[in-house]
Amino acid sequence: MGAVVGTLTMGERTKGERRRPSRDKIDDDFELSIVCHRPEGLDKLEAQTNFSKQELQVLYRGFKNECPSGVVNEDTFKQIYAQFFPHGDASTYAHYLFNAFDSAHSGSVKFEDFIMALSTLLRGSVREKLTWTFNLYDINRDGYINKEEMTDIVRAIYDMMGKYTYPALKTDTPKQHVDAFFQKMDKNRDGVVTLDEFILSCQEDENIMRSLQLFKNVI
Amino acid sequence: MAAGVAAWLPFARAAAIGWMPVANCPMPIAPRDHTKRLDELIILNVSGRRFQTWRTTLDRYPDTLLGSSEKQFFYDEETKEYFFDRDPDSFRSILNFYRTGKLHYPRYECISAYDEELTFFGIIPEIIGDCCYEEYKDRKRENAERLQDDQDDNKDCKLPNMTYRETMWRAFENPHTSTMALVFYYVTGFFIAISVLTNVIETVPCGATPSQKDMPCGERYTVAFFCMDTACVLIFTVEYLMRLFAAPSRYQFMRSVMSIIDVVAIFPYYIGLVMTDNEDVSGAFVTLRVFRVFRIFKFSRHSQGLRILGYTLKSCASELGFLLFSLTMAIIIFATVMFYAEKGSSSTKFTSIPASFWYTIVTMTTLGYGDMVPKTIAGKIFGSICSLSGVLVIALPVPVIVSNFSRIYHQNQRADKRRAQKVQKARLARIRIAQAGSSCTGFLQSKRNDLLNDLLELTGSEEEELLLSKSMSLLESQHHHLLHCLEKTTAHEFMDEQLYEQNCLETTVQSCTSRSPSLSSQDTPIGTCCTRRVKRNSPLPNSSMHLQPSHQHGPLQQLSALHIQCGDKLPRTTRLYPIQVASP
Repeated sequence: MGAVVGTLTMGERTKGERRRPSRDKIDDDFELSIVCHRPEGLDKLEAQTNFSKQELQVLYRGFKNECPSGVVNEDTFKQIYAQFFPHGDASTYAHYLFNAFDSAHSGSVKFEDFIMALSTLLRGSVREKLTWTFNLYDINRDGYINKEEMTDIVRAIYDMMGKYTYPALKTDTPKQHVDAFFQKMDKNRDGVVTLDEFILSCQEDENIMRSLQLFKNVI
Repeated sequence: MAAGVAAWLPFARAAAIGWMPVANCPMPIAPRDHTKRLDELIILNVSGRRFQTWRTTLDRYPDTLLGSSEKQFFYDEETKEYFFDRDPDSFRSILNFYRTGKLHYPRYECISAYDEELTFFGIIPEIIGDCCYEEYKDRKRENAERLQDDQDDNKDCKLPNMTYRETMWRAFENPHTSTMALVFYYVTGFFIAISVLTNVIETVPCGATPSQKDMPCGERYTVAFFCMDTACVLIFTVEYLMRLFAAPSRYQFMRSVMSIIDVVAIFPYYIGLVMTDNEDVSGAFVTLRVFRVFRIFKFSRHSQGLRILGYTLKSCASELGFLLFSLTMAIIIFATVMFYAEKGSSSTKFTSIPASFWYTIVTMTTLGYGDMVPKTIAGKIFGSICSLSGVLVIALPVPVIVSNFSRIYHQNQRADKRRAQKVQKARLARIRIAQAGSSCTGFLQSKRNDLLNDLLELTGSEEEELLLSKSMSLLESQHHHLLHCLEKTTAHEFMDEQLYEQNCLETTVQSCTSRSPSLSSQDTPIGTCCTRRVKRNSPLPNSSMHLQPSHQHGPLQQLSALHIQCGDKLPRTTRLYPIQVASP
């Protein structure tokens, strides 16, 4: 069993990844392959992202401190978000966020994925940011945002608020919010929002443009 | 804030961009990072041993000495390092706390020295990780008990403000406090022994006189024994009444095991006094005398070991129950088998299954009285199987009980798991209180500060604004900004639980006005937050409510006259703002 696992991992990225074989052939059910991931070199990452070397160092030190194994899985994402939003339930939104970060759909977010997304969000152009956000909303990755997907996202955001809000949350508040959103974004009224419609509508809205620049100096 | 929160805050803030297209309002301004500098290494010199760490590592816990500006007091300009004249070994675990977020208690460390170090560096001991917390608490309790014992040894004289009742109770509970208590202790012990001896000797046949046959001493010297019994019962009654009088909580005392034993020990005598020499009830009276044997349990006040034994039996209840259950099962099975096996043989003692119970029990416990023996071959075979299995069934749970007893006996005072539960809750509550910065109330409080901040922007000066904003660390202000953005995105605000309940009550009392379904129309989400924001910047002098500032700034007193109005949202805001300010 360990040999099979070993050959499977050979096909993946060889540069940084090293997978120790499972501990015991007998304990196949409890196979805990300790994945220890190392990112690519600092220079390469600097070239690929919009961060400087020092910023990458600071980011990686923080990342490695929290996740010594080098990868984040979905549960950790949910825990982190729950710490920031203790009032409500942040797990749904964290789930969508995780899928947006995990571009390779491998089930875990490595440092490269993390840093790419951060680079886009903090230092990217307006178009890149909006594309990333579009991918976040487009849950099934079919290139269109329909009402159900948007309702899921908006409901997840409202869940983070929790129960004790002013004014009190009603059950159809997310739905109304989604309707307002579609009213604004869906130009040709075909029930779905495409990437171009999305980018166009956002560029027309001054509030959105301004708030996209809000987190420029987070790092 | 925890280390995790500090490290992930940039990520959470960046991910907040995902809300922007959904939001309909402009977002609040991000807090400015005044002290923007690249991370640097800090040298901490603790009694000559140099530790180095990043500045941001120490900044994770701003409410400790190393994380706050308090460490500037220890800064040495010449060597450019922070010098602490403390124990370097203990400092290791403290620095690891900053690095990993978990505080560990090293076993070799003395508990009071460790406590002192924690206090010096401003770390509350409740943060100690779960792996080491039990050990820490145990050592602390032992230390406290040792200190208490030392104190008690010096505390022979009565405390001046103890009432007579409290003195008595103390004397009863702890015989070593005064000579009177010791005397009382020994006297009661002596009388318990006398009473038990009397009960025993009462039944021994005394020497027979030539005229009468052998009779027990009790019947021969009735008067003497009656006097003895009376004396003992008098003493016990007096003792019980005194304890009842001195007990701090009489109801608790009456429910305790020892007092029940006392009552059971003396009651038969009084019932015997009351009852006449009626033949019908004399049988019952004799039975009551059996209860006199409970007097021997009064010795448990005098013997620690007896108390522990009783406690062990109580705590091994499940093992004892299992033993009893398995024995019962085996008895029933074998009794049935033996009955049917012996049914055929004539003049058999196994007349019924319950009659066979006696045989089974005697055989399984390997007693083997021999009053009932099987005669048939089948009976003998099953009888031998019964005795073999008896050995097994009894031998299995007994070692568990024995080990339980020895463990408890050695631990002695460690059995209050119930108290540990309460301590756990109190501990978590203490941690939460100490880290109130990241809780809901912290955010709501900062919103109030922001409100004052905005007011100051209009009339106050730059310094006052900075004063208010510096009260929070940068991390907290960034976190609050994030929560504020979420509020703006969803066009709802966070609220205290109690205020929420209040609001619910008020909205159900009022009939549904056009306010509540205001979100149904499309442009009111924009209206709700944006008009309020717009209106906030231009305060009108004649609105109906005012803001009460919570701290004593000079110019702020003038602001109490300033009014805020939010257009037609009057009823709601009148409720919102004063409640927010009033909450501590």
